[in-house]
Formats: sequence, C-alpha cells, structure tokens
Amino acid sequence: MEITKKDVEYIAKLARLEISDDEKEILTKQLGHILDYVKVLDELETENISPTFHVFPMKNVFRSDKVKEPLSREEVLQNAPDQENGFFKVARVIE
Amino acid sequence: MNLYELKVHEAHDLIKQKKISCEEILLGVLDRIEEVEGIVQGFVTVTRDYALKKARETDKKIALGRKVGPLTGIPFALKDNMCSKDILTTCSSKILEGFKPPYNATVFERLEEQGAVLVGKTNMDEFAMGSSTENSGLFATKNPWDPSRVPGGSSGGSAAVVASDQVPFALGSDTGGSIRQPASYCGVVGMKPTYGRVSRYGLVAFASSLDQIGPLTKDVKDCALVMNAICGSDLKDSTSAPVDVPDFCSFIGKEVKGIRMGIAEEYFSLGIDDAVRNVIGKAIDNLENLGMGKVELSLPHTSYALPAYYLVSPAEASSNLSRYDGIRYGFRHEDSNNLLETYQKTRSRGFGAEVKRRIMLGTYALSSGYYDAYYLKAQKVRTLIKNDFDEAFKNCDVIVTPTAPTVSFKAGENTQDPLQMYLNDVFTIPVSMSGLPAVSIPCGFINGLPVGLQIIGKPFDEGTILQVADAFEQSRSFLNMKPNFGSFVRGGV
Repeated sequence: MEITKKDVEYIAKLARLEISDDEKEILTKQLGHILDYVKVLDELETENISPTFHVFPMKNVFRSDKVKEPLSREEVLQNAPDQENGFFKVARVIE
Repeated sequence: MNLYELKVHEAHDLIKQKKISCEEILLGVLDRIEEVEGIVQGFVTVTRDYALKKARETDKKIALGRKVGPLTGIPFALKDNMCSKDILTTCSSKILEGFKPPYNATVFERLEEQGAVLVGKTNMDEFAMGSSTENSGLFATKNPWDPSRVPGGSSGGSAAVVASDQVPFALGSDTGGSIRQPASYCGVVGMKPTYGRVSRYGLVAFASSLDQIGPLTKDVKDCALVMNAICGSDLKDSTSAPVDVPDFCSFIGKEVKGIRMGIAEEYFSLGIDDAVRNVIGKAIDNLENLGMGKVELSLPHTSYALPAYYLVSPAEASSNLSRYDGIRYGFRHEDSNNLLETYQKTRSRGFGAEVKRRIMLGTYALSSGYYDAYYLKAQKVRTLIKNDFDEAFKNCDVIVTPTAPTVSFKAGENTQDPLQMYLNDVFTIPVSMSGLPAVSIPCGFINGLPVGLQIIGKPFDEGTILQVADAFEQSRSFLNMKPNFGSFVRGGV
C-alpha cells in the first residue's frame, strides 16, 4: 500500500511530532521505500503460526508486597525542566 | 608495555601482586584518553574526578586487606544508555540533555560492587538506533583503525574506546547487532548474551523484547570475566531469566575437539563482500584444524529477519519513546502555548532524524488497520526465524557466520539511504530476533581493517561460545595487531 503525505501527517499527529514540509516530503519517500521493502514478508504463509512476542517462556515476577522508601520528592524533581512548590510545572492544559 | 594496553586479566594479576595500584592504572588510562580522544571521540562524558575518588578508595581498601576480585580497580566505560546515579546519561540525544538519573542500572551496580572503576560514558547512535554512530545527536565517533571510517553502531563509542586502549573493557547494548557489528568493525570481542541473561534494569529501553546488555573487551578471557560479573537474575527486571550462571572462565583454555559447528549457506550469499567471505572461510578452516566438526545446514528464513526486525523494533521504540514529553526530565521546548504544543515541539527538536523516522514507522505499524498486516505479521515471521535455529541446533553446537557483510565503511557513505544502512545488520538481526547468545571476535584483516567472526550458541550456552572463541583466538597470534595512532598523534592527519 502506498503511503501518502496525508498518512505521514496523520502518523506524526499520533506520534506527537511536529514535522516541517521538507520532513514530510522526505519521510513520505523514505517510509514508502521501507514499507515496500517489508512487503517481502507477504511471501510467507503465517496464518497458522503463533506470534513470538517474547523469545523465551516467561512467568510473571512478583515482589513481596512490602512498603519501601520511595524516591524523595527532591530526587523525582531533580531533572524537571520546570518546577514550582514541589510540583512539575507545565504549560496550560485548559483552553 | 604501557599500563593502558593491559587487558583486564593482566591488570588484575599486577594489582593482586601489588606491583601496581588501581590509581596508577587509572592515571595511565586517563593519559591515554587525553592522547587519543581528540581523534576517536568515543566518550560523551569522562568521569575523571569520580574515577580518581573510586580508585583511591579501592587502593585504601586493598591496603586494609580487601580481597582483590577479577575486576577490582579495573577502569571501564558504560554506553550512555545505562543509568548511572547523578552522572549524565544522555543516550546521545538532545532530548536527554542534562539528565542525571536518580538510580543506577543493575549492571553498573554489579560492576561497582566488584570494585571496577567507571571512567566515562560512551557515544552511541541516538537511543541505540543506527549502525555507524553517525546518528549520535552529539557528534560522530571515528574508527580507531581508520578515522575516515565509522566504528559501527550503535555501541560504536564503546567499541572504539576499547580498540584504542582508552579502557580495558566497556559495556554496550545490542538490539539488532549493536555490540557485535561495532566489535567487528573495531577489531574487539563483543558478546550479546542470551535475552534475559543480563538485567536490563536501568538500561534506557529501545525495543524491550530485543535489547540486551553485553561486554566489549580486548580478548575472550576478559569477556568471560565481565560476563561473570554482570550475568544473573534480577528481581528489578521481570524479563531477567532465573537461570544459573556458570563460571564462564571455566570454558577458557579448553579443547574444542568434537564440538560441531554449523555453517548456514544463507550467511554466505546475502550481499557479502568477497574478501570478507574469503577471510571467514579461512577462519572456518582454522576451527576445523582445531578438531571441530563441520555441519552444512540451512536457515531458510534468514532473509526475512531484517524486514521483520524493521517492523518489530520501531513498533516497540515508538511505544518506549513516548515517555519523552519534556515534562519530567530532559529537554523542553519553552515556546509553546499549550501542553500538546509542548509535546510536539519538544519531541521534534529533541529527537534526531533517525529516531523520528523509526517512531513514525513504528506508530504506523501499530496504528489501527495496520497492526495485523505489519506488526503481527512480523512477530509471526519471528517465530519462523526462531524455529530455523531450533531445528539447526539439533545437529550442531554452535553456528559460525560472518558478523557483518563488509568491513567498516567510510563516514557519510550510507547516511542518505536508511535501507542501505540497515543492511549492515543482516547477519546479526536473526540472532537477536531469536534471543540467542552470540559473540563477534576478530578473525582477520582486509586492507588493514578488521573482520569479525560471529559464533552463535544455544540459549544460555554462552560457555560453549566462549570456549570456541578462545580456542580460535589462541590459534591466531597475529590478531594481537592494534590500530597505530603514532602517525595521527604526531600530526600525520
């Protein structure tokens, strides 16, 4: 299936990326090229094949339900680009 | 011999015999970094003061009777996608500018417990996406054998600093070949352990079902020593395997007579350079001369691994990288009117071109209407690839292949064509898709550039891989060749 500029705009919106007109041109071409390449997978009959999401059988790992000291507020905020009164500060959410 | 040239086990012997101190080794390494780093550019951060403090503390502990373990006092580097408490961890991305994690990766903690000394964090393709370290958001690393060429990627920084004797060992991470391919291009030993063998806690996630941490070292014995330190289950990582860890050093120096090596025809046809094929052919002859049996076999779905990987890994990446929103850490674009604009502008300016391309590809593969056709299809193909290996290992103990189809290429040669760049990983990706362990070891040279031999093993059978790799290494003394920096340092370039 051919990928269009409109598709690229839609995917960028889903991915929360702002892309310039130049980038749209380039990405339409490159993603199309890559998707053409992966079409080769259609040669394989896989209807009765189970997918491999993880390569080895895994069991859930549970930790004991004990109260532990969490990261301090200071540590949590130490990398925040902006903060105020012990909270992350963000741009306005309500229009 | 200069102190910076020492391998891990050689340095350990001297520290144990009290012939040198940890501080002396560290100072030798720091001088070497100063001497060659201007050319190689393998480090994002050099932790000089931190390392000096640690080395001096370790010397004091030894003086008071601390047991000297195999890594006590040994300087090392971490790829910059492994968290180190209060030390910059950037994934070579502008979006993680200034990020200092509040906790340590398990591997880092295990190495520090052994007394190893962190010297710095190494450059990488941004978020481990790439095959040349040209996709770093900061600067490009050079191949120590020829600075006009790439060191490979994405652990190119880790491979280059080991190859140029800036540290005795480094850790890298491998998603589709990112330890083995740069090891091949830089002429060092690089191992991707079985998926789950090493804890990924504190490794910045790229594609969670594929990512695995492993060592880059100067020889196979050192690789075994580092594997001993970093392997083992970890309650902090739910994908970490509860499997016993053998003493990997017990496989070093053993005969390989009777071990069956599988040779898969597909690995000698997919775009491989003739000269590489020739060098690998001689390496296989060499292993036969050591008494190994040879079994011809087929891995028929090999050519489908690369396209399947380029759906699975971007899909997982698009999900993992959604956390970079400019709110809690790293870079934030300030000139935004609302939250959505903050997200969009931060991500657009913080991520580089390759990362954006993969996020777009992954988002597309997971989006409504395309999930079954792309992502699910690729995961089913992954089953076929894994089945090929399961079948092959019924008839052999290891599989031997080239690590990469060519030697290191010129910087800039593949940057305009993502597909061409992706083809460098054609021989490493099937192994990653199957979660198997594999090592790349130097096996020869073409016009002064190293060639890597990949040895693939059964799940959790890293020991046999190391046994074969060590036997090969011991039989080829010319592999002690090193890149010659003399002409560069003296102003040759």
